[in-house]
Amino acid sequence: MKKLECVIRPAKFEELKEALGKSGVKGMTVTNVIGCGLQQGKTEVYRGNTYIVNLLPKVKIEIVIPNDSVDKIIDIIVETARTGEIGDGKIFVYDMINAVRIRTGESGESAV
Amino acid sequence: MKKGLMVLLVLLSILLIPGIAFAEGATPESNAIAINTVWVLVAAFLVFFMQAGFAMVETGFTRAKSAGNILMKNLMDFSIGSVVFWLFGFGIMFGVSYLGLFGTTGFAVSDAFEHLGLDIPIWAFLIFQTVFAATAATIVSGAMAERTKFIAYLIYSVVIIALIYPVVGHWIWGGGWLTERGMVDFAGSTVVHSVGGWAALIGAFLIGPRIGKYTKEGKANAIPGHSITLGALGVFILWFGWFGFNPGSTLSGTSPDIALIAVNTNLAAACGAIAAMVLTWMKYKKPDVSLSLNGALAGLVAITAGCASVSPLGAAAIGLLAGLLVVLSVEFFDKVLHIDDPVGAISVHGVCGAFGTAMVGLLALDGGLFYGGGASLLVTQLIGIVAVFAWTAIISLVLFGAIKYTIGLRVSTEEENVGLDMSEHGMEAYPGFQLKSHNG
Repeated sequence: MKKLECVIRPAKFEELKEALGKSGVKGMTVTNVIGCGLQQGKTEVYRGNTYIVNLLPKVKIEIVIPNDSVDKIIDIIVETARTGEIGDGKIFVYDMINAVRIRTGESGESAV
Repeated sequence: MKKGLMVLLVLLSILLIPGIAFAEGATPESNAIAINTVWVLVAAFLVFFMQAGFAMVETGFTRAKSAGNILMKNLMDFSIGSVVFWLFGFGIMFGVSYLGLFGTTGFAVSDAFEHLGLDIPIWAFLIFQTVFAATAATIVSGAMAERTKFIAYLIYSVVIIALIYPVVGHWIWGGGWLTERGMVDFAGSTVVHSVGGWAALIGAFLIGPRIGKYTKEGKANAIPGHSITLGALGVFILWFGWFGFNPGSTLSGTSPDIALIAVNTNLAAACGAIAAMVLTWMKYKKPDVSLSLNGALAGLVAITAGCASVSPLGAAAIGLLAGLLVVLSVEFFDKVLHIDDPVGAISVHGVCGAFGTAMVGLLALDGGLFYGGGASLLVTQLIGIVAVFAWTAIISLVLFGAIKYTIGLRVSTEEENVGLDMSEHGMEAYPGFQLKSHNG
């Protein structure tokens, strides 16, 4: 099993959720995050004082998938979430040692 | 001690002298004028406070990332409106009439408007009318929320207060052709609310829906407001302010009607809220908070035309029907016409304003169809409704169309996704919170 941690643009979230659902990803955990990468900050003014905005809102999606789906799912995420502009986000791939479904107690790939 | 007491008594007697002087000048007539003036001013202040109501409803029913922007639009349509109406709109609305179409005198309140026959100072009348004009103007920002360029909205504010609204006001209140016909729109279901509602319709139609509101297949997505708490506060403030809007329109604190008008206003609002609640409960299995709030407003808008002409039972009926109508109308504009109206302004103000105006033709105790008055009042009401719709829609089409094809009406996709607070104002109304981005 692998865990994918994807940081994407908020505007792309709904589309991606739908695409993942269609390709069999049944569960996910979603958080609002702020972050930065290559994106430069912007300077704004509040009541006469300048400040720099360089942490921007993103959405983080965490999913756990079987090993043989990893390449396919990564392709789907990249294709759906990409705009070509700086700030499209990242996907981090982790090895998942185990997963347990709390309701039934089952573990392993059948728990995902 | 005794000396101190003497000094005190002398001083107190001196203080009484101005009082004695005033008391000598007061007559029952001047007291009546004073009461009327104070009443009109108090009512004007209540209607002013409705701006806070509109601001809270509009921000509460839309997303956090554009909250500051909608508040700014509300601040500015009132501020710009106050100035433009004083300089220009008031003269168009109440100046000496040209062919019953628009006023031609008194710009910048440069004369005394004697032809109006007011017993209150012209300044009291001006401020009272200003807050009504501003009410019409502020309706549109809700329907066009989250995607309208700020500068476009400022331009619109000038035009509605300088032209669209005062011409209608002249027709119905300023001695124009609809006044001549005997149209009854006591406090402005048509003059104020329909004008705002139809301008909102054209604006929302031309600007298009928010990103992510409708799927490619044409299904409507829900974009929940960020604070129904603020929305509810706004509705209560509007309800409160309406006690100035309707009873204040007697322009007379000595008129016994103000009490009945207040009761009619309250009953219509209450029945509107109840009806909307019941209908949404039946339709959607659970009573909808935001639509019930809209229901109260629908009742208030609808009774505004007939608050001085109908019985309390009539007011309750009008409010109840408006509460049902607004729920159906919101669905119609959203799901059938695909016009994205985040706050329901078109339905609450345009549709229910027209409805309430028409109902006067049926339920007016003096002249209503159901009270043996025949159809002539009803016909006049309908003519007025249609004429105002045509005027407002056409000028709005020209205005918003001109803006759209010159400086642009709508912000860019990027700006809309980031949120108008950041894009237009370089700040966030809610800094430090995670900005939620639904859809698109």
